[in-house]
Amino acid sequence: MTASASGAVTLTAAAHPGFLSPTGVEIAFVLVGLVTLGAALVTVTTKQLVHAALWLVVALGGLAVEYLLLTAEFIAWVQVLIYVGSVVVLLLFGLMLTRAPIGRSPDADSGNRLPALAVAIAAAAALVWVVVDAFRTTWIDLGTRQGSTDAVGAILFKHWVLPFEALSVLLLAALVGAIVLSRKGGTPESGKDPQASKDPQSGKSPESGKDGASGTTPGERDKEPR
Amino acid sequence: MHLAYPAVLAALLFCTGLYGVLARRNAILVLMSVELMLNAVNLNLVAFDVWLRDALHAGQALTLFTIAVAAAEIGIGMAIVLLVYRNRGSSDIDGLRDTAEQPDDGPEPPDDPSGDSSDAARPAGQKAEATA
Repeated sequence: MTASASGAVTLTAAAHPGFLSPTGVEIAFVLVGLVTLGAALVTVTTKQLVHAALWLVVALGGLAVEYLLLTAEFIAWVQVLIYVGSVVVLLLFGLMLTRAPIGRSPDADSGNRLPALAVAIAAAAALVWVVVDAFRTTWIDLGTRQGSTDAVGAILFKHWVLPFEALSVLLLAALVGAIVLSRKGGTPESGKDPQASKDPQSGKSPESGKDGASGTTPGERDKEPR
Repeated sequence: MHLAYPAVLAALLFCTGLYGVLARRNAILVLMSVELMLNAVNLNLVAFDVWLRDALHAGQALTLFTIAVAAAEIGIGMAIVLLVYRNRGSSDIDGLRDTAEQPDDGPEPPDDPSGDSSDAARPAGQKAEATA
């Protein structure tokens, strides 16, 4: 690994493109990166909850395009399948089942917006400074494809079989956990009256949410392990 | 490609997700921000794997594992959020203050003194450690 890494470093140093002569891949990467970052910013700042989930689709799809530009195509398609296809659908189901307001909701942000903004800007400044300073003179050689389905599958089932099996056990545990959490009447002392007294809108809304929760959440979980 | 491009994009996406986790009130929006942070880490893993030309492709294998763990996380997190909503009638994480220290029996709007506070405190604790 270190030998190949040092070989790659010397190879990219030998190729050494100019700093201000961007290639087409770099231009595409920056443009898609701007779209991704803008969609992520809208996701965390918009007041409409459903729009946040839909802008998250744009951000995750943009990241899939970035993976394609980095020649990791299998990761890109896994990203499209699992994130855009499954996770966002699960988030939309969650928004629907918790009766999120459709229009603008003024209380989408909590009271600590300004400390959060300060922390995020400080972290962004520190990270960008350190990263740019560290990798100022390194280039990626994108000449050969490195993430084709053939290569990733061979590596995954040749060298990473044991973590892969452990991951399947983890997914099974998550499936069982989701079923246990969203099961209806777990213990007999959990009666029905706290739900009726705690729901501010009406008496029957938690019932429908509960029925949908126990029906959709394990069903969605079935799709996510491939 | 310059390595700083994906690294800077990953850093900015991570900080965007950090802002969302800290500033959002709805629990599902917090889960979306956590997804953004996980995706920033995935972009770093893929970029550095392609840069290093790792023979084992450890970065891409770890990215696949991270995506699977994120799928499990979003499933469990959504189950917990729905459980909190079922018990509380709201999924705002500002209202989950059962384990917080009360200055002088501070009144909470969603907490009824009907003897079921222990039943409601359990998912609040799980919610707090799930989104921490």
